[in-house]
Formats: sequence, structure tokens, C-alpha cells
Amino acid sequence: MADMATPPGSAPDTGGRRDFLTLATTAFTAVGVGAVVWPFISSMNPARDTLALASTEVDLAPVQLGQAVTVMWRGKPVFIRHRTPENVASARATPLTELKDPATDQSRVQKDEWLVLIGVCTHLGCVPLGQKPTDPHGDYDGWFCPCHGSHYDAAGRIRKGPAPLNLAVPGYTFTSDTKIRIG
Amino acid sequence: MSIGLHKSEFKNPVIRWVDSRLPLFTMMQKEYGTFPTPRNFNYFWNFGALAMVSLMIMILTGVFLSMNYTAHTGYAFDSVERIMRDVNYGWLLRYVHANGASMFFIVVYIHIWRGMYYGSYKAPRELLWMLGVVIFLLMMATAFMGYVLPWGQMSFWGATVITNLFSAFPVVGSHIVTWLWGGFSVDNPTLNRFFSLHYLLPFVIAGVVFLHIAALHITGSNNPLGIDPKGPQDTIPFHPYYTSKDSVGLVVYFIVFAILVFFMPNYLGHPDNYIPANPMVTPTHIVPEWYFLPYYAILRAVPDKLGGVLLMFGSIALLFVLPWLDGSPVRSMRFRPLARIAFALFTLNFFVLLYVGGKPAEEPYVTISRFATAYYFAYFLVILPLLARLERPLPLPESIARAVLGRGGGPIPMAAAAKPMEKA
Ligand code: HEM
Ligand code: FES
Repeated sequence: MADMATPPGSAPDTGGRRDFLTLATTAFTAVGVGAVVWPFISSMNPARDTLALASTEVDLAPVQLGQAVTVMWRGKPVFIRHRTPENVASARATPLTELKDPATDQSRVQKDEWLVLIGVCTHLGCVPLGQKPTDPHGDYDGWFCPCHGSHYDAAGRIRKGPAPLNLAVPGYTFTSDTKIRIG
Repeated sequence: MSIGLHKSEFKNPVIRWVDSRLPLFTMMQKEYGTFPTPRNFNYFWNFGALAMVSLMIMILTGVFLSMNYTAHTGYAFDSVERIMRDVNYGWLLRYVHANGASMFFIVVYIHIWRGMYYGSYKAPRELLWMLGVVIFLLMMATAFMGYVLPWGQMSFWGATVITNLFSAFPVVGSHIVTWLWGGFSVDNPTLNRFFSLHYLLPFVIAGVVFLHIAALHITGSNNPLGIDPKGPQDTIPFHPYYTSKDSVGLVVYFIVFAILVFFMPNYLGHPDNYIPANPMVTPTHIVPEWYFLPYYAILRAVPDKLGGVLLMFGSIALLFVLPWLDGSPVRSMRFRPLARIAFALFTLNFFVLLYVGGKPAEEPYVTISRFATAYYFAYFLVILPLLARLERPLPLPESIARAVLGRGGGPIPMAAAAKPMEKA
């Protein structure tokens, strides 16, 4: 090595220089590949018009005490239940220690009698049964998902079965005493 | 020979002209004509060729179905009904495609079973085996997305449940699911991309099949004895011997296929898929297509969401590392008295999983599925590694020729057998 002619001006440590150049080129290529790949990946995320379809108005006036209705929001069912005082009392009597995904009933409602939930099982996305009086309501007087057997209570909290989380509460606001806007 | 041209041995001047510029004919002749193949194949060696035929049938019928199919949530179901009722021979194309998927899986499952019994995954064929597992995974993705296209209730809810599997992963899970859907639920963007990918993936499969076969032609085929051919007395040319043997299997394949298509076209399907998709109502009992049931059973055997998903993916990932889990140098289980029993149980167990996967998530099925899942994993992770150390294999035959030509074996009976043939 030592007796090989070194071109004038080049550092003797050509190994380190080579490594640096290789590394810089690789890094640069990686950034370039990333920049090219990103638009493709991103194009698969929800488009702007899909995002724009994001809110639904619901009139609660016709829903009698003890009744439930299902409305569609973002392609998913939303459960709205007009709860009786007994429903509320039973949901509030449950100690948090018994819950898999602890949350108080109060934290899941804006007005005690109106429970609004996304009707999608947090296991693998089936629609739980329990909206109709004739449906099974599971072991906890709420909803029952027949797909793999998850039971939800009167506050939509997971009590038994493979689902890990409570039924989600969508963002909603009361636009008047008997109207809500979801989303 | 002119410089730069391949020296072709073909006599026909046109073939020769092409072949000397692009030696496709020479390649086909070498890989499928004279290719030296072990002389002792049994009918299990038909299934690779049958899988190839299945893939071609799926692509052919799929391309023609696409000419009348509409990938839109508002039209998809009706367009499939139109194919069934109004399009000339549309019913035939669709029934061949739908049952063809089942035939493809039957064939590929037997093909994989063959590889596991005769130890075809062992050195030097590890990469060949892994390419096979890649094909299997791509097939599952393709069939899953194809089943979504008719947009019936099972299409919709199958798609919902399977895409939701990814939500089990912490932090990124829900983003992955939204990304897969292109929205907030399985909807039109999902149907569109599934159609695009359903059209694309079979061609990707064709590409991997090419690599699979290229790798096969480097190592050569395994055989029922699992020992290497030691010379020309152990092999025969692929053509005409195995081309004819494969043809026999092909006839049987077409008979089974025809019985399905013409006499029981909906037997393997689910009647709920003739109900248009309804995002507001889940059918009470959703099941995937039969070929996914064993994995679905594993998923449901675990009471924990992430655990179930990991175990399900793990059950297939194990196939990738099978060559390193089974350290026994003896390939064919004919010579492995204990592994043979364990594998027979594994096979039975696979059918048990398939059965419970199709049943509701109730007792006794849940408990059965747990035991069956345990055995599935134990076979790969405990039994095979242990047997590789503990088992005493039977003595291997000296050579393929000796084993198949009887006790006297070897060159003498071969020469004797060859004589009358020469006269004829
Ligand atoms: C690996 C090969 C393939 C498999 C396993 C496969 C599987 C499937 C399955 C299971 C279905 C649902 C059938 C039903 O229940 O109606 C389907 C539908 C469909 N496939 Fe494929 N397919 C394959 C290749 C292709 C190719 C290459 C194309 C297009 C070039 C294609 C186009 C279609 C179309 C348009 C439908 C919707 C019509 C229908 O539902 O019958 N498929 N496929
Ligand atoms: S989707 Fe509800 S329990 Fe699995």
C-alpha cells in the first residue's frame, strides 16, 4: 500500500473517504425513494371528499324513553339510546374495578338520558345486537356482539369477551335541546 | 455457428431461427423435456402442475369476468347478478372462477402437505419452500379480496373483520385500518382498491411461481424416498414420463372441478353472500371461506385481541422457518417412525381446526379450538425440534433405483427389462 502512488491532493485514508461517499449516496437514495413512495402510500388514505362527509344531524324528539335508534355516520352505525333512570342507575352502580376498560358512566354521556355510541364492536368491527327490544342484550343489559361473543353494558362498556375497549363515543354536540350533530 | 447466436439443435428452420436468437425452445426442452427427474414420483407430485393450471384458469376467467364487473358499491352486486343471468356464459365464468379458487386451495394444500411429509423443505430446497409460502400468502390475499368483489353480506363483513385485524396493533393499528379502507369503514374506496389489487396480485403470483420453478430446476425435485438421485439409473426424462403422469392427474382434477361447477356450484360458498351488503346489520354468524377456517379458528381460540391476531399470523410465519425447526437430516417421513405419527396427528388436527373455525364461538368448539391450536404450534416448536434429536430413523435405501426395482435391484434387472423393449 505504502509504495503505491497516491494521486496528488487526495487524502491517504481513501478507505474512510470511500465509506463516507457510499454512506452519503445510500442516505440520499433512501430519502429519494421515500419521497417517491410517499405520494403512493398517501393516496390510499381518505380523500378530501371522504373527510368532508363527516357530520350528521339527528332529531332526538321522536325517540321515546327506553327506545333506541341507529343512524349512519361516516358509513358506520351510531347507536342512540334514550335511557331510563333504571338504566342509568345500573350503569352507575358498577364499580370501576369490574371494568376491563375503566370509564365512569358520566364520562360517556353529555346528558344522562342520552347515550350516543359508535355501533361498531371494538374487537373486529361487527355491529353488536341490542338496539331492538327483541335483540339479545348480552349478560349486562346492553349489547351483545354475535361475531365472537363480546358483551357490553348499559353504558356501552366492554364487560366480557374478546373486545378490548368500550364502544367508542363519537364527538357530538347538542345543537338544541332535542337535536345533536355528530362529527 | 455465427458469433453472438445461440447454437440451436432444432431442425425446423423457423424454430431454429427464433431459437438461435432467443433460446426459449432450448430452455423448454431442457427444463421440461429432457429434465432428469427422479423415477419414483407418486401422484402427490402432480399437484405442482395442477396448481399452475389452476392459476391459469383463474387469470383467464378473471380477465373475462372483469369485462362485465363494476367495482362500485352501488353496482357491484347487481353487476355480478347480471353476469349470472344476462351475460352469455357469465354463469359459467363466475362459477368456474369461484369454484376455481376452492380448487386452487385444495391443490395447494395438498402440495404443501406433500412437501411437509416428504421433507421437501429441507436443504437444499429451503428457498424453494419459502417462495412457496410467499405464493400461499399472496393467494390468500388475492382470494380474500376477490371474495369482497361481489359485495354481498359475507363480502362486506368478511372484509370488515379481516381489515380490523390490523387494529389490534398498538398505536399504529387504527391508522393502518383507515389507510387500508381509504375512509372510516369498508366502503367504495375499499372496494375499488381491492379490485385493483385483486387484478394485480395473480400476476405477482405468476412472477413468484417463475422464481419457485427456477429454484426447483437448480436443486432438482425431491421424491418419495427423500434421497438424492445418484446417477442416470435413478432418473427419467420429464417428458414423456411425467407429462403423461401429470395428464392423468389433470383429468381427475377436471372431473372434480366439473362436479363442483355443474352440480354443486354454491356448495362451498355461503348463502348470505347473495344478500347485498348492508353496513348496518351484521349477519349473526359470519364465517370466512372454507380455506381460511383453520386460521380463523386459531384467531378465535385466544380470548385476547392482539394475542389472537399474533397467533394467527404466527401460524403461517412458522412455515417460513420450518426448514430450521426440523433439524433431522432424513427428509421422507417414510423413514421417520415417530415424526410420521406426529405429522398424521398434525394433519388430523388441521381438519379439526377447519371444522371448529366454521362453528359459532361457543362451547365445546372454543375449548376444542384451544387444544387444536396448542397442537398446531407444538408440532412446529416442540415436537419437530425434539424428534430431530431423539428419533432413530429407519435405514435409508442405497439408491432410488435399488429401492424401486426390488431387492435384486441395480443394473442387472434394468438391463434385462431393457432388452425386450429394444426389440419392440
Ligand atoms: C390467484 C388467483 C385468483 C383467485 C384465488 C381469485 C379468487 C376470487 C374469488 C374467491 C372471488 C369471489 C367469487 C364469488 O364468490 O363470486 C373472485 C371474484 C372475482 N375475481 Fe378473482 N381470483 C383470482 C384471479 C383473478 C384475476 C387474475 C382476475 C382479473 C384479471 C380476477 C377477477 C375477478 C372478478 C372481476 C371477480 C368478481 C366477480 C365475481 O364475484 O365472480 N380474479 N376471485
Ligand atoms: S367483532 Fe364483536 S366480538 Fe369480534
